[in-house]
Parts: sequence; C-alpha cells; structure tokens
Amino acid sequence: MAAEAILLRRSHGATALQAPVPLEAYRGDGGYEGLEKALSMEPGDVIEEVKASGLRGRGGAGFPAGVKWGFIPKETDQPKYLVCNADESEPGTFKDRLLMETDPHQLIEGCAICCYAVGAHICYIYIRGEYVRQAEILETAIREAYDAGVLGDNVLKSGFKLDMRVHRGAGAYICGEETGMLESLEGKRGQPRVKPPFPAIIGAFGAPTVINNVETLCNVPHVMTRGAQWFSDVGTDERNTGPKLYCISGHVERPGVYEFPIGVTLDELLEAAGGVLGGKALKAFIPGGASAALLGAEHSHLPMDFDSLAKVGSMLGSAAVVVMDETTCLVRAVQRLAKFFAHESCGQCTPCREGTNWSQLVLGRIERGEGRPEDPDLLLRMTANMSGTALCALADACVGPVRSLVQNFRPEIEEHLAAGRCPHPYRPVFEETA
Amino acid sequence: MPETEVAAAELPEEVAGAIDELRRHYPTAEALLLPALHFAQKHWGGWLPEEAILAVAAELDLAPAKVLGVVTFYDLFHQSPIGRHRVRVCTNLSCALRGGQEILESVKRHLGVGENEVSADGRCSVAEFECLGACEQAPMMMVDDEYHPRLTPQSAAEILEGLD
Repeated sequence: MAAEAILLRRSHGATALQAPVPLEAYRGDGGYEGLEKALSMEPGDVIEEVKASGLRGRGGAGFPAGVKWGFIPKETDQPKYLVCNADESEPGTFKDRLLMETDPHQLIEGCAICCYAVGAHICYIYIRGEYVRQAEILETAIREAYDAGVLGDNVLKSGFKLDMRVHRGAGAYICGEETGMLESLEGKRGQPRVKPPFPAIIGAFGAPTVINNVETLCNVPHVMTRGAQWFSDVGTDERNTGPKLYCISGHVERPGVYEFPIGVTLDELLEAAGGVLGGKALKAFIPGGASAALLGAEHSHLPMDFDSLAKVGSMLGSAAVVVMDETTCLVRAVQRLAKFFAHESCGQCTPCREGTNWSQLVLGRIERGEGRPEDPDLLLRMTANMSGTALCALADACVGPVRSLVQNFRPEIEEHLAAGRCPHPYRPVFEETA
Repeated sequence: MPETEVAAAELPEEVAGAIDELRRHYPTAEALLLPALHFAQKHWGGWLPEEAILAVAAELDLAPAKVLGVVTFYDLFHQSPIGRHRVRVCTNLSCALRGGQEILESVKRHLGVGENEVSADGRCSVAEFECLGACEQAPMMMVDDEYHPRLTPQSAAEILEGLD
C-alpha cells in the first residue's frame, strides 16, 4: 500500500525528538492556505466540504467530523467553543504527541478552520498534564500565530476573531472522555456527564461546543487545500477515508508513528516497522489502543479500518497497535491493561468502579497460579455486566481486552489454571533496547 | 484535610499575577482552578500544602473543600513533599513488554526507596506511572519534565546519578 506522507510530511521519521516546524517554514510549505481558503467561503460551505470528505474522528469513536460540526446551532446568543482533545492517554497511543511536537501549526490551522466553520471565537487545546514540553511548543506556536495575525482580532485580515489557549490537564485518563474533559476545563473533577444533552448543544460553560481530537483537526487543512474528493479518494472506501496515523509499539523492531491510508494491514505496518522484535513469531496484537479487543496472528492480513476490525469484534479506535510476540503472557498483558482502567476509573458508576478492579484482581490471581476453574466464565459474566452500563465508555474500554482474552485466547488461561503457574516466564528485552 | 487551624497563605505575586492574566480568557473563575493549582504547586516546590490550597480557594472564591476535591482527583497534584526530582517510570503495556517493570524495580533499588517515597537525601521521589504517551521509546521514564527513552537498568542508574 502506497504511503504518501500527508499529516507527517513535515515530521521526519516515525519518531519525534526533533525541533518543531516554525511558522515561517510552515507557511513556506503551503501552511495556512487551507485557512485562507476556508475564510473565503461561507462557514456552512466549509462544514459541507468536511462532511463530503468523509473525515471521521480520529480519537476513537470515528464519528463524522463534519456532521458533528453541523450539530452546532447557528442561531444562538451564546458563545460557541472548540475544545481540541489533546489529552492523549491511552496506552499505545502517541500520535497526537508527535503531531503537536513536530508540526504545531498544522493543528492550529485545523482548529482555526473548525472555529470559523462553526462560529466559535475561543478554542481551548486541552492537553494532558504530562505533556509539558508539548504544551510549551504549542504555546510558542500560538504566540507566533498571534504575532503573524493568524490568530487574534482579525484572523488573516478576514475580520474573524479567534482566541486560542492551551489548557493543561493534571493527570487523569478520564479527561480524554469528552464530557469529563469539559468538567475538567471548567475546573472540576473530570467526571463524565450524563448524555444527552450532547456538547454540541450544552458543552463547555453551558454553551455549544465542538470537541475534536488532535489528529482529526490536523486532517482539516488538507481537506480544505486539496478538496473533499481528494481526501475521500484516500482510504479503502467511502466510510474509511483519508490518511491515518498508526502507532506501533511493543515487540516490534522500529516502534513509532507510521502514516498510511486507512485500511493498512498489520502485515504491511509490521513490514514498515521492521517486523516483530528479534525475528520472533507474532502471537497477538491490539489494533486500536488499549480498549480494543486482542486479535491473534491469523488476523494480521485484515485491513485495519473502522469496519473491517468491527467485523471481527475489535476496533480501529485510536489506531494504536501493540504487538506481542510468541513469548508474551497474554494474561499478564491484559491484567496490566485492566489495572490501568481500574486506576483511571473516575468512580462514578459502580459497574466501572467495581468491574475494572475486579477484572484485574481475577486476572492477577490467574497469573499467579491461584486461578479458579470458573474464572474464565466469571470474567465473561463480569464484562457482560460492565458493558453499556456506565455513563461513559471507560468500563467498555476495559471489557475490550478482558473479554477478548477469554474469547480468543481461552486455552492460554486454561494453561495457567492447569499448571498452577504462569507458563510464560517474563523475558525483559533490554539487550535489544540497550 | 485534617481539622487544623491553617491560615491561607498570601498567594505570591507571580502566582496571583499569572492567574489574573488568564481571567480574560475564561468565562468563569472556577475554570482557572487547574492552571492556578499548577502555578501554586510550582511555587511551593512541587506540592500543595494546606495553605496553598486555601490561598488558591480564596483567590478564586471557591470553597476549600471543592479545591481539595479537585486536588485529590488528579495524579499530578501532590499533598506531601516530593524530592527535588520527580522520577516517573511507565509500566503500562508497551513499556511492560520491553522491561518497564524491571526499570521501576531497578530505579527503586538504586535509590533505596519504595513506591511514592522520597530518597533519603531528598533528591528523588519515585512513582510507577500509567502511560506517559511515549510508547515508541519504551521502556522509558520521565525525570521532572524530560523523557528518557529506551532504558536499561544501567542507563537509568546513570541518569539518576547525573541529577543534582
């Protein structure tokens, strides 16, 4: 599959650790032309262009971005807001960090186009608290944009006014959930809200609000400059359009962020990333972040798009691929994820608060060799009671890996139960990483 | 917070000034709480003593209990002193697959501390941390605000030795 760099065209290589592209270089490379074009159009036409592109949200849920923008009421006396979700906190996911630290103006331009389209005059980029340097990079780029007249009272001399702020979180995965993020932005504990009402109607500070992920917004300038048709031609079909950033980590030779049209297979991605670490065989992989169901090596040829992965019970999610080789204990791997979700549950909803912790406890005892014969079915019953029973998707996020472990890799659990110990001793890989 | 008579400290001028500068960008004072706590924590040496929490509450006209509720919710706010350097080792899945747990254990052994403890010389506090968003650099840790990628127990020890 051809892989023209679009989102990463100014980011050199699959990993970051490079100086961010300054405004002058960004403009020299065609940057802010998408914003200029948008400002020459009616806001409603910008929304229609984004709808026509088929761009779906890159934060995990895959909701069409233009449709979301279209939900913002046009006639209202209230202010409108854009909140950019830069609270990337899902294990395996680091693409937004790369976008922000290498090419911050691409994000600022996407935010500005969105604000113009929906009539928002304030944009908050809510960034996870741990991304200290990335917040500083964004703040520097935003200052550059103000100084150049790209932001402020008269955006590119169009008369459109836009204020943009970086707002730092303080270390809570749940704030990546859109209503938890709004609560946090408002200065509260980041506990998700009951929906409806949806943020498009009652969002930040009680006003209509668009919430989009960093990668989603980074796509928007390209939709504007190259057109909806070009964008929708990239991808596997009309429901899976545009370029996509795939993070790959774990047991892989060259972990990093790789750009492909949506629908790349794991085999192709692994080839780009140098294959499984140390030439070992692939045992399992997570195709879409920590909340996606684990798949076995037999699915490595599947297109990793929204629909193909859903058909096999998993999901594209944040397209964060975690690779596990033949030596990996999958019980231990999933227990680590369940521990994460237990730690990050906000505690509002009982099925999530109790279920995430119970999951990690049961998996922990299986891993220690103290599992009970009924444990696999217990895990299935627990996850059935967690699914769809909480205010937000965190409980379901835990269900993804836990249930798939039982459904797709039950023999591995049975092996633990039969042996009374873990059959896969831990093998650190320092020799490869030294 | 225990029921003790703790007077609210005056917010230092630079903290109050930074909060004031933000006011025009937010429609409510409460929205300034996270930025204010970040400013205050930096001023108070990396943690939030009671007087700092009370001072922020007073500045934003919020109930201290409300501020405390927020402080306790978020991992990056601390209610007890930390070391001069904050060491956070990621042990989540991508790092775990490449030895993150062993890095944590070796760091703790090297500094002679347990989880969330401060080393005897006050230099470092160590914490196991959930995903730090640098999975391609696994196993990794953050020391203060800096990433340290692709660690081995030896390289982690060398980094710690290089701290003041």
